[in-house]
Amino acid sequence: MTQWIEIGALTDIPRLGSRVVRTPGGNIAVFRTESDEVFALDDRCPHKGGPLSQGIVHNKRVTCPLHNFVIELASGQAVAPDEGCTHTHPAKVENGVVWLSVRQAAAVS
Amino acid sequence: MLDKVTKQKLVVIGNGMAGIRTVEALLERAPDLYDITVFGSEPYGNYNRILLSPVLAGEKTVDDIMLNTVDWYEDNNITLRKGETITMIDRRTCEVVTEAGERVPYDRLLIATGSNPIMLPLPGKDLPGVIGFRDIYDVDRMIKASTDYRNAVVIGGGLLGLEAANGLMKRGMNVTVVHLLDTLMERQLDPVAGGLLRKSLEERGMVFKMPAQTQAILGEDRVTGVRFGDGTELPADLVVMAVGIRPNFELAKKAGLYCERGIVVSDTMQTYDGRIYAVGECVQHRRQTYGLVAPLFDQAKVCANHLAMKGFATYDGSVTSTKLKVTGIDLFSAGDFAPGPDKEEIVLQDANRGVYKRIILKDKKIVGAVLYGDTIDGPWYFQHLRDGTDVSHMRERLVFGAANLGDGGVSGQSSVAAMSDETEICGCNGVCKGAIVKAISEKKLFTLDDVRAHTKASSSCGSCTGLVEQVLAFTLGGDYSAAPKVKPLCKCTDHSHDDVRRVIVEQQLKTIPAVMRFMEWKTLNGCHSCRPALNYYLLATWPGEYRDDQQSRFINERVHANIQKDGTYSVVPRMWGGVTTPSELRAIADVAEKFNIPTVKVTGGQRIDLLGVKKEDLPAVWADLNDAGMVSGHAYAKGLRTVKTCVGSEWCRFGTQDSTGLGVKLEKFMWGSWTPAKVKLGVSGCPRNCAEATCKDVGVVCVDSGYEIHFAGAAGLHIKGTEFLTKVETEDECLEVIVALTQLYREEGWYLERMYKWCDRVGLEQIRKRVVDDVANRKALFARFGYSQQFAQTDPWAERASRGVDRNEFAPLAELELA
Repeated sequence: MTQWIEIGALTDIPRLGSRVVRTPGGNIAVFRTESDEVFALDDRCPHKGGPLSQGIVHNKRVTCPLHNFVIELASGQAVAPDEGCTHTHPAKVENGVVWLSVRQAAAVS
Repeated sequence: MLDKVTKQKLVVIGNGMAGIRTVEALLERAPDLYDITVFGSEPYGNYNRILLSPVLAGEKTVDDIMLNTVDWYEDNNITLRKGETITMIDRRTCEVVTEAGERVPYDRLLIATGSNPIMLPLPGKDLPGVIGFRDIYDVDRMIKASTDYRNAVVIGGGLLGLEAANGLMKRGMNVTVVHLLDTLMERQLDPVAGGLLRKSLEERGMVFKMPAQTQAILGEDRVTGVRFGDGTELPADLVVMAVGIRPNFELAKKAGLYCERGIVVSDTMQTYDGRIYAVGECVQHRRQTYGLVAPLFDQAKVCANHLAMKGFATYDGSVTSTKLKVTGIDLFSAGDFAPGPDKEEIVLQDANRGVYKRIILKDKKIVGAVLYGDTIDGPWYFQHLRDGTDVSHMRERLVFGAANLGDGGVSGQSSVAAMSDETEICGCNGVCKGAIVKAISEKKLFTLDDVRAHTKASSSCGSCTGLVEQVLAFTLGGDYSAAPKVKPLCKCTDHSHDDVRRVIVEQQLKTIPAVMRFMEWKTLNGCHSCRPALNYYLLATWPGEYRDDQQSRFINERVHANIQKDGTYSVVPRMWGGVTTPSELRAIADVAEKFNIPTVKVTGGQRIDLLGVKKEDLPAVWADLNDAGMVSGHAYAKGLRTVKTCVGSEWCRFGTQDSTGLGVKLEKFMWGSWTPAKVKLGVSGCPRNCAEATCKDVGVVCVDSGYEIHFAGAAGLHIKGTEFLTKVETEDECLEVIVALTQLYREEGWYLERMYKWCDRVGLEQIRKRVVDDVANRKALFARFGYSQQFAQTDPWAERASRGVDRNEFAPLAELELA
């Protein structure tokens, strides 16, 4: 069952930007696109563990600040020809409030 | 996805490289727009025709050179009708007609029928054993002949003829090459290089008969020999005609499409019938026909754009380069090298080493290059040729190549062919030659961009780009697809940096979305390459007016510190001119202890670096440093970094001027300014040059009578001494010139283009004219810099440490304690 946790207001995250949510299992990066969709991913690039939350967001992708891996926000997949996948977590916006559901498997890993 | 019935029908005639490359590019741009049918006469998928020579030579197999297997067509819902020939195009009904009489309708038609080998109209040309060299079928026949027969004659001493001859020789035949002229490959080589080539092929056992005109091919049931114009005869069991290719446009011509030497197409690759496109060797564009692969790929891209109804690209023609695919022979030629009254030549000839280089210049630019024996610099010359670089400032050393100019990167390697597979090519990403070769062969890569994407080689610092291009040329054995002449800013647009900068000014564009809209960006929000570039251009163009877009800043400039591999940051406080005080040092020591900063290091630019600071600690670290009177050192910025100085006349017994004071003055005036790439200055108090000013972006060398101003140096990826700009008498003049120079660079440089690259591109004389000679312009530049500085000189650390700017950036959104 999905357990939703309120993590803040949408406006707390800059458009085309990201904020970090701390969890015992590691940081989760929550992204906001230009059209106010939100996505949550482990804040670790599959390449060398770079903090994706610090990257430049474009459309529904983020570029890792360390070595320019581009990651799909929706799936966590690296854009070809790069390979790798970052764990995603369900996230949604309701009435300007951002909700996150931490997938334990990911948070532990 | 659209229903198959409602989709438009695209029919492609020709299953070769040009046609399929167009289809591939179209699928990338508009995967579901068309229902695609491909007709190909040959019974194969699409293969790499330029690699037929290595197949003939036994260095590759047919499977190695397959680009698209039959599965690929299925996977992409393309109907491949191989082995079927189209005999007629009915433009009235928009149908093509197959050999068997079937009519297939089209909405859009793409003709990519390539070319045919020219078969000389000689008596005996139809005898068994007389063949062209164009497809797998020809290669099969040659291989078979090499097992059954001894003597081969190849007619034609051009690229194709020599490759065929080499292949047959490798398969054990006695090969004689017959050439009409007295220079081999006369379209690519001058007589000297042609002679060197002939000599080295003769050493391998190839026999030449040239100049010689073939008069007849002899034989009854099968070829037995060749007779020449002078009456002599040669025995032959196999005759390969490789005198050239002829665009194959019969079908188009029959359909009433306008043809000259090929199917005439517009800049969007359309024929005179707008529904019919043509690409590849069968077309004639701006009076040119092409027989190499690079132009075909350029055309394919443009054609695909148009078919995808994204009509922003036009084809402007290509400059081509050639490399002979004969293993062990290094030969490169590009551009136009025919002698002419307005051309100049630089020639280097070393017969013992077997090296010959000839560079042809016109109007201070490279227009052609012929290299034999040492071709490592081929791509480098070709790049300058395509870019139209003014090379006058490097003319003296031009012929010795990039490495000699300090432009060859740090690896110091030269010949790719001689490298082992384990040799590291890309030092940044640890990619060795073998990995690149493997990726090129297995993933069917053709372009530098492909290799960058798949292997990461040359994708970081770029200093190995020349080597990677060499590996490409070496692996593909031939002409690979070179970058277009005008480089687009990034993959999100076809416009160049210059275009973008110009349009921002002309159209008064003042936001990133406005630029993207006006210039028809292909992506929604751009990417990590173009957004920072646009942000800089807008900032530099509209100081005080443009609102800096934090989300378009690379993280370092967004948080005013340098991100490290573990996600922590480094902090470098400013020390004006490299001068510090006991109390500043004490404050730095206190900060380091208070925040458990693991590493404290002195930098090359005479600053102190605090490494390993956690992001959330940054504002507090800054607050403490601010309290001690220190501000951001901008060690993270594409902007003014450091001014390195020596102690000068204040202390040094050799010092001629107050170099430290001047350095501090420059830094206080210029700090905070954003520039296309980082800018580092140095001021030395005498020609002993202890501040190493002559490898900086701008360097001052003080002399007794004043100040020498140098610029465009580098000591990183490339090592390059500065260029002398001018000498002035006073500190004030010195400041004015340096500031004006920097402002010109701010206004014209491309994002991430260091000052020395900008100088290379624009030309030293141009810059000197506008900064030194034209005093009014200098003062205007100086004033514009000063105007922009009033908005730039706010300490970003203080804003964030005490005024709460970007508070969100440094704090987590939430902290969760999960069960």
